[in-house]
Amino acid sequence: MDGVHDMGGMDGFGKVEPEPNEPVFHHRWEGRVLAMSRAIGVFRAWTIDTSRYAIELLAPSVYLTRSYYEKWFLRNQNLLVERGLIDTDEVAAGHALRPAKNLTRGPFTLADVEKVTKRGSYSRPAPAPARFKAGDRVRTKNIHPTTHTRLPRYARGRVGVVERSHGAHIFPDSVTTGKGEDPQWLYTVRFDAQELWGAEADPKLKVSIEAFEPYLEHV
Amino acid sequence: MAEHDHDHSGGSNLSEMELRVRALETILAEKGYIESAALDRIVELYETKIGPHIGAQVIAKAWRDPGFRQALLDDASQAVATLAPQVGNVGEHLIAVENTPEVHNMVVCTLCSCYPTDVLGLPPTWYKSFAYRSRAVKEPRAVLADFGVALPVETEIRVWDSTAETRYLVVPIRPAGTEGWSEVQLAALITRDSMIGTGLPKNPSEVA
Repeated sequence: MDGVHDMGGMDGFGKVEPEPNEPVFHHRWEGRVLAMSRAIGVFRAWTIDTSRYAIELLAPSVYLTRSYYEKWFLRNQNLLVERGLIDTDEVAAGHALRPAKNLTRGPFTLADVEKVTKRGSYSRPAPAPARFKAGDRVRTKNIHPTTHTRLPRYARGRVGVVERSHGAHIFPDSVTTGKGEDPQWLYTVRFDAQELWGAEADPKLKVSIEAFEPYLEHV
Repeated sequence: MAEHDHDHSGGSNLSEMELRVRALETILAEKGYIESAALDRIVELYETKIGPHIGAQVIAKAWRDPGFRQALLDDASQAVATLAPQVGNVGEHLIAVENTPEVHNMVVCTLCSCYPTDVLGLPPTWYKSFAYRSRAVKEPRAVLADFGVALPVETEIRVWDSTAETRYLVVPIRPAGTEGWSEVQLAALITRDSMIGTGLPKNPSEVA
């Protein structure tokens, strides 16, 4: 979707402001939100791609004004309700009002912590031979799906070079719309800055994205 | 930056977010989805165990050991896995990109906040900020200036937008004057920002 989350190349957000000696969490609740997000993962009620899409679906005014972990909290609560793990009257009450309907396993305990602090694997067997190889010139498609995609706006309809192939991975555009993992080849595609930003761009700048095969066509 | 919560123990001045988050945790615990002690442990891990000191150990080893450096550049997940007893487990799809006098690498996630958490811990606020996400792919030299970093105009800047599950770790240039230094000494030079590409390693005189 062409949402406000797709920020590459936008102007007006000001300077980057590094915070010296920044704490890992600025408030206690931020750590709880992070931990709940990780813990809920063991129930496999949704995937990492769905969780990103759920943040993109927040209203632009919410996205732009709430802090990072506030958005994570809203995402968690929305998905927990949407997937039937909790109910809205329970959120209002601040307590469970009925037993869990769909417990597929016991609670997330200390023994599960290691499972969720190591990143998962998103590689899958390739369903077909790769259409592209390192060195190929490619053009990204000019697509504007109204659902989740990982092709940023600034890199649509642009000519670049395939630099690396990463094998086949879960295709976020598919898994977030209920069409299954539909694994696709994933490539690093490199662009000259002038292709992305015009003749005035830094001639010594190159930018790459990670592009799934359906985003690309031969030039 | 918002101010810190001052009341962690209950009472009347808890923030709205603290109350809402507590309510959700209570619901999840009462319904049998989570045990709060396990959440405590996750928070503790990210506050004390999983952080940029892991990446610094990896880079320090690469600086001293040409075989490890090559293994890291060939397959960083596999290379770092060989250090698991020291640095813990890492997931797949980690990719190391090496700075040279000709090319400076910088990592961003314009669409969300993808970051090599296994080796750097949770991302700093600036990495997730709208300013960094919007500007890094378009005017990285100006972004570097916000960090006090000025590179020669002839240095190519290569920005990696992490738009999939691959995760990028920058291997900075080893500072001159560190010949014969141990891995522990070298690791003290390697800042988090130098492994994202928005900083450079410390000067040896800063830690000597």
